[in-house]
Amino acid sequence: MPTDERSHPILDVPLMERVNALSDQQIELCYHCHKCTSGCPVAEEMRYGPDQVLLLVQLGQKDRLLRSADLWLCAGCETCATRCPNEIDIARVMDALRQIMLAEGVRAADPGSVKFHRLFLFFVERLGRMNEAGLLGAHKLWTGNLFSDLGSGAQMVLKGKIPLVPHVVKGRAKLRRLFGRPGTGAALPQDGALGPDAQGD
Amino acid sequence: MEYSYYPGCSLHSTGREFDDSVTAVFRALNIGLVELEDWNCCGASSAHSLSRALSLALPARNLSLAQAAGHDVVMPCAACFNRHKTAERELQGNPERRRELEQAVGFEYRGSIAVRALIEVLHDAVGLQAIRERATCRLESLPVVAYYGCLLVRPPEVTHFDDPEHPVEMGRLLGALGADVRPWGNATECCGGALTLTQPKVARRLVTRLAGRAREAGAQAIVTSCPLCQVNLEMRQSGFSGRMPIFYISELMGLAFGLEESRSWWPKHLIDPRPVLRAARLIA
Repeated sequence: MPTDERSHPILDVPLMERVNALSDQQIELCYHCHKCTSGCPVAEEMRYGPDQVLLLVQLGQKDRLLRSADLWLCAGCETCATRCPNEIDIARVMDALRQIMLAEGVRAADPGSVKFHRLFLFFVERLGRMNEAGLLGAHKLWTGNLFSDLGSGAQMVLKGKIPLVPHVVKGRAKLRRLFGRPGTGAALPQDGALGPDAQGD
Repeated sequence: MEYSYYPGCSLHSTGREFDDSVTAVFRALNIGLVELEDWNCCGASSAHSLSRALSLALPARNLSLAQAAGHDVVMPCAACFNRHKTAERELQGNPERRRELEQAVGFEYRGSIAVRALIEVLHDAVGLQAIRERATCRLESLPVVAYYGCLLVRPPEVTHFDDPEHPVEMGRLLGALGADVRPWGNATECCGGALTLTQPKVARRLVTRLAGRAREAGAQAIVTSCPLCQVNLEMRQSGFSGRMPIFYISELMGLAFGLEESRSWWPKHLIDPRPVLRAARLIA
């Protein structure tokens, strides 16, 4: 006998509800027609692919999902969302899974991606805008990947495309409150992934 | 006609020639374009990957600035456009989230201004006729393909742009400039987006395939309206048959309009487009 009224003999309702709430989607509608995976530009690099990611959410296979490199291969191109007959936006589902992964302190299958997104937001939080020179330099140091793209990076600096002095937004004190960190007079409740306890890298 | 202008971070760095050519073309068409005062980054892929709340709040602040300025806001960058349209949709259709965002940003959303993609403004508001008349130097000798990428067209319920699978507006604009626009099947295929930095091998595969298909279609260059697509396509393109230059739509408009300043855009490219333009007898 099920003890939780939301439990179901096959479906894992609690995980699905959590993902649905974070992504504004209804994953239970997926009937696995594979249109998403057929059109996905990175499906061939993935272990599961978009429709099986939805299946794993339906089946509550949380550990498998959160440790999967698939989460960091999704480019967010929205081809799946556009073609899904049930209007499920799988790119948003991937975002929700990334956020659950970070909130639960699971180590990412691709820590470099997490570091990149963290650094990007680090700069936006402090400057209000992205600073490419800082972002790319810091990402190289943090990931230890010092020599990739040095040629094109140097070319861009020479062509005056990467400003070395960052622009700073005037309203940044108020803007910082949007990041919802405790102790900053947070304006917004965050989804968990940005909180001080979030791990993942 | 007057618009607010949101260049976004890329147009102030890797996409400089996009910024320069958009402002030059609007000047040439006599359309007012005023940069939003103190705009902030939209958060791009990083914000929506890590926090939905932040991914909506960052664009909402810009929408509050645009609303105060009182004009529709033009966004040349497909990614910025997409993030702001997503926030606009929440503000319009989700009362609870609208209250949260209004409170966080400190404004009251009136829905009095709209977020507009560059292509949309050129196609619908300026119009093909006006562009055809202004295009004194016809681009007939330049075979190109129109490349939209992902975020202008998808998801359609967010972007409301053209057709998500078979968009035509950029091709029509290029046609109005006299360009030889080649049909191809990859106009809305993904270039990899932010994967170019986190998964460079995947981006290289996607980009090289795009360039190969463009070449098969007979194109000498790819035309885009996204600074991420442009930099990915120029940086990650490899292959045996040489590398193909990637133009911003506004650069080709400037060239067709005979604008002097177009000369300063070409050297900024990572793949020099001047050999192709010389071969087409469009520059000396």
